[in-house]
Amino acid sequence: MAGGAASGGSANSDTYATARIWLLLPAWAVLGIFVLTPVLMMLVYSFLTKEFRGGVIWEFSTAAYDQFFFNRGLFGDAPATLEWTYIGIFWRSIWQAGAATLLALIIGFPTAYYIATRPENTRSVWVFLITIPYWVNLLIRTVSMKFMLRDNGPLNDFLLGIGAIDSPIHIINTNFAVQLGLFYSYLPFMVLPIYASVERYNFALSEAAADLYASKWVTLRYILLPAVKPGVIAGCILVFVPSLGSFLAPDLLGGAKNFMIGSLIEEQFKGNAGNWPFGAAASMILLSMVLILLLIFARQQAKSDKGTR
Amino acid sequence: MSHAPRIAVDVRKAVKRYGDFTALQQISLSIYDNEFFTLLGPSGCGKTTLLRMIAGFEEVSAGEIMLFGDSIADLPPHKRPVNTVFQNYALFPHMTITQNVAFGVRMRGKSDAEAQKRAGEMLELVQLSQFANRKPSQLSGGQQQRVALARALAPQPKVLLLDEPLSALDLKLRQAMRFELKQIQRETGITFIFVTHDQEEALTMSDRIAVMSAGKLQQLGAAKEIYERPNNVFVADFIGETNLLDVTVDNVTNGQATCVLGGGHRLGSSAADGITAGDKVHLSVRPERLILSETAQDAASLQGIVRDNVYVGTDIQTLVDLADGPRMMVRTSNSDRGNKRIFDAGTPVFVTMEAGAARLLAD
Repeated sequence: MAGGAASGGSANSDTYATARIWLLLPAWAVLGIFVLTPVLMMLVYSFLTKEFRGGVIWEFSTAAYDQFFFNRGLFGDAPATLEWTYIGIFWRSIWQAGAATLLALIIGFPTAYYIATRPENTRSVWVFLITIPYWVNLLIRTVSMKFMLRDNGPLNDFLLGIGAIDSPIHIINTNFAVQLGLFYSYLPFMVLPIYASVERYNFALSEAAADLYASKWVTLRYILLPAVKPGVIAGCILVFVPSLGSFLAPDLLGGAKNFMIGSLIEEQFKGNAGNWPFGAAASMILLSMVLILLLIFARQQAKSDKGTR
Repeated sequence: MSHAPRIAVDVRKAVKRYGDFTALQQISLSIYDNEFFTLLGPSGCGKTTLLRMIAGFEEVSAGEIMLFGDSIADLPPHKRPVNTVFQNYALFPHMTITQNVAFGVRMRGKSDAEAQKRAGEMLELVQLSQFANRKPSQLSGGQQQRVALARALAPQPKVLLLDEPLSALDLKLRQAMRFELKQIQRETGITFIFVTHDQEEALTMSDRIAVMSAGKLQQLGAAKEIYERPNNVFVADFIGETNLLDVTVDNVTNGQATCVLGGGHRLGSSAADGITAGDKVHLSVRPERLILSETAQDAASLQGIVRDNVYVGTDIQTLVDLADGPRMMVRTSNSDRGNKRIFDAGTPVFVTMEAGAARLLAD
């Protein structure tokens, strides 16, 4: 800054560049400390040898990945065959998270649309109401969900009371209970981005479509949906990704049979019984899966945006 | 016209209420087939509400609207054979221009090929063929406006509704589009119902104009009729410029009224029925029908002093303060400078009214 005025353009752009670096520094620091470092730590840990009481021995090993994908018999000397246990858990996690996301979309989209079409001064009240349950800790909400869904819980009592069912329906400890739990945990992440994009939607477009002989359904499908697609995609990602790695809902609502990848990872770091490198490896596999899914998605998105149809 | 023209849209005592607020109070008007009809009025007068009621976007609170003799009350917008050019065009942003224009044709059950062909024809009509594969955001405002027009015309509606379609364009483009719209209307023979707050737009394009204010129909007629024979103070004031003078009728003889205005000046005017001596009414006279002179032209010339001259391009506006009376505006065309004089501020002058220029209006 010293010779500012005299040294002219290049010095100016220099100070500009310096200022830029300083201004960007906090953002880079946050990303480095809170995103990059933990991921790198996980990566390193996944290639270390396990200590039996938890923790690691600083010795390179691919045992964790090997354990995830291959079965070498009880004593580790049989020929390697593909290990389906963990891949199965993975697959179930994707399926559960996908179902929960679909559920959240089916319920969340009309909700978001409804809020966005209320008079402007009442919308914030609706958004506020949507977020209220989320002031309560997720664990407590999931436990209360468990009580709600029990065979002799309020839901069954209610359904029996109005005569909709003859005997209690068994919901708890099923896949559906997990999906419901995940759906409930992350619903606002679906509602809010869709709400934001529907609120920005120009409703004159719907009128124009109706004016041009389009039915309500055609208007929704071919005019509204393409316009709010970014919000829908954001909502789906925001529900799907945390659902995939979730462990509270599957643990509390799914019982022992409905294990998900999040629970598997959690197990590895709990108490003294865990296997840190294995947990880290499973996390890395989960992370890569999510990244690959998102990349495929983004690429397809770019392709369909480029095409004229 | 020997036979009665066919009525395209018949609005019968239509009322629109929003809660306690009445936006339209019993409007009745008939719009003829092949007509360029304009709903003109200031914002909030109910003209857009009426248009939206015809399109089906607003329900009719009372009364009814007939389309070629059939009630359309029960038809939702997508079943009404009318199309709209929206104020901000409302083009579908994710579709190409061709897809936009073809949309309505497709929705009417035509094949894809037919819709494409029709879209091509429409784009030719509005001279946008070379932009067929662009997205709306890649077009200028004027081009988007034409796309909106092409899209609304493509399904061959019986009636085209235009909601202030030119208001977002700049002046030059707006003027060019006026002629183009009028021409397209003549070529297609479709009934146009055009909503605007711009009186010049209304005067230049319309076969007939409905002037609206405060949810009421003020006057309905051809451009010349509305300009030269306004029904009331609102119409006289809203359409063009006018001198509105508060006068008292002194006497009426043979349909000619003599009126007294502030300062004791006297002016003659033809009197409408029902005006009698002693009435307090308004006298409207257009500024271009007043002539300035150094000496009194006749007994009805009014004496005053020039206050100011304003140059407005085609004309010069001269403000004249009548002795002890109101201020009047006189417009002298710059092309008429050979015959008419301009006087400097402070000069005493006489203001003379052309014969038949004055009109007496009740409130």
